[in-house]
Amino acid sequence: MRLRRSMMFIPGANAGMLSNSYIYKPDSVMFDLEDSVSLTEKDSARFLVFNTLKENLYGDIETVVRINGVETPFWEDDLDMAVRAGVQIVRLPKTETVEEVKELEQRIEKIEKDCGRTIGDTKIMAAIESACGVVNSVAIAKATPRMVAIALAGFDYLVDMQTSRSSGSEPELFYARAAVLHAARAAKIDAFDVAYGNVNDEEGFLREVEIAKNLGYNGKSLIHPRQIELLHKAYAPAQKDVDHARKVVAAAEDAEQKGLGVISLDGKMIDPPVVHEAQRVLLLAEHS
Amino acid sequence: MKIKKRGIAGTLESSDVMVVINPHDSQEIKLIVQSKVEKQFGSSIRKTVKDTLEKCGVVSAVVDVRDQGALDCVIKARVEAAAYRASDEKNVKFGDLS
Repeated sequence: MRLRRSMMFIPGANAGMLSNSYIYKPDSVMFDLEDSVSLTEKDSARFLVFNTLKENLYGDIETVVRINGVETPFWEDDLDMAVRAGVQIVRLPKTETVEEVKELEQRIEKIEKDCGRTIGDTKIMAAIESACGVVNSVAIAKATPRMVAIALAGFDYLVDMQTSRSSGSEPELFYARAAVLHAARAAKIDAFDVAYGNVNDEEGFLREVEIAKNLGYNGKSLIHPRQIELLHKAYAPAQKDVDHARKVVAAAEDAEQKGLGVISLDGKMIDPPVVHEAQRVLLLAEHS
Repeated sequence: MKIKKRGIAGTLESSDVMVVINPHDSQEIKLIVQSKVEKQFGSSIRKTVKDTLEKCGVVSAVVDVRDQGALDCVIKARVEAAAYRASDEKNVKFGDLS
C-alpha cells in the first residue's frame, strides 16, 4: 500500500527546483516536460530530468515524469529518457482514448526490453483533461495493468466544457470529479484531484481539499510546496479513527496467528475491506 | 561527437550552471570554470565536466562554465545539453549517458 496524497509538479527545466524539492517530502513528485517547459528548452529539460532521476535525489518519494502528449513531436524522446532513467510512473497528458494508452504501453515495453529494465516495471498515470477523456475514463483506467493512478486536470477540462472555475462548491467540476473517481475505483487504482492554482488562497485550497477528500480521492496534484503540509494535515485521520484502526489490525493479526478464518472485534465480525481500510488509516497517521 | 558551432545550456540562476561550448582548433578540451564555490568544489566541477564530455565523445572544444552552486547532476545535464546543441546532434542516446 502506498500513500498518494500529494503529487507536486516541478518544471523540468528549472534546475533549482529539481535540485531541492525533495526537502518538502511530497508523496510523489512529477517532473514536468510538458506545459511548464518552453519549446526551446524541451531538450535541456530532458537532460535535467534524466540526471536528476539517475542521481536518485528523491529517495523514497515516488517519481513521475509528465511527458508531452502523443500528438506532439516530443513524446517519444521524453519517454525514452524517462524509462531509461528509471522513472517509476509516466504521466500521459490529455488522455482521451484507450488506443493512446495502448500505444504508450507498447512503446514503454520496447524501451524496457532495450535497456534491460524488467518488463512492466514502468507504471502509467493517465491525466484526464477533456470531456472525451472523462467519458472514456473507465476504459482508460482499465486499459493496462501498468495503470496505477488517474488524475483529473481541471484547467483544460473546463476550457473544453466552455466554462471556468467558480468558488464554493465548484459545480462545474462535480461530474468530472465523480466520474474520474468512479473510474479509478472500478479499476482498483488511485485518483488525484485537480491542482489548485491560487497558491496564496489557503482557505480556498483547503475547501477544495475537503471536497476531494470527502469524495474519496487519494490526493491532489499540487503546484507549490506550501500546499503539501496543508494537504497532509487535512488528510490526517482523527485520533478516534486511529485508535479504532489499531484495534482492527490487532484483531486481524490475532486471528491470523490463531489460524482463524473469521476476524472479530468486540463481538462483531470484521470483513477484509475493513481491515484494509484500517491499515490505510494507520499509514496515513504514520505519515501525517 | 564533433563540436560544430557554439552550444549554450543553463542559466545564471542560483543552483544552476551556464555552459558554453565552442569549437576548438586543436584536439583538446580547453576548460574555463568560474564558480562561487570554486575553493571547495572547483576540482570536482572540472572532473564532472571532463567526465561528461568524455561520455559524450567530445575530444576538442572550448568549454566555459559559470557555476552558481549547481549539483553534480545539474552540471552533467547542462554539459550534455550544450554539447548536443553544439554538435547539431538531435538523436540523443540516453542509454550511452547512463
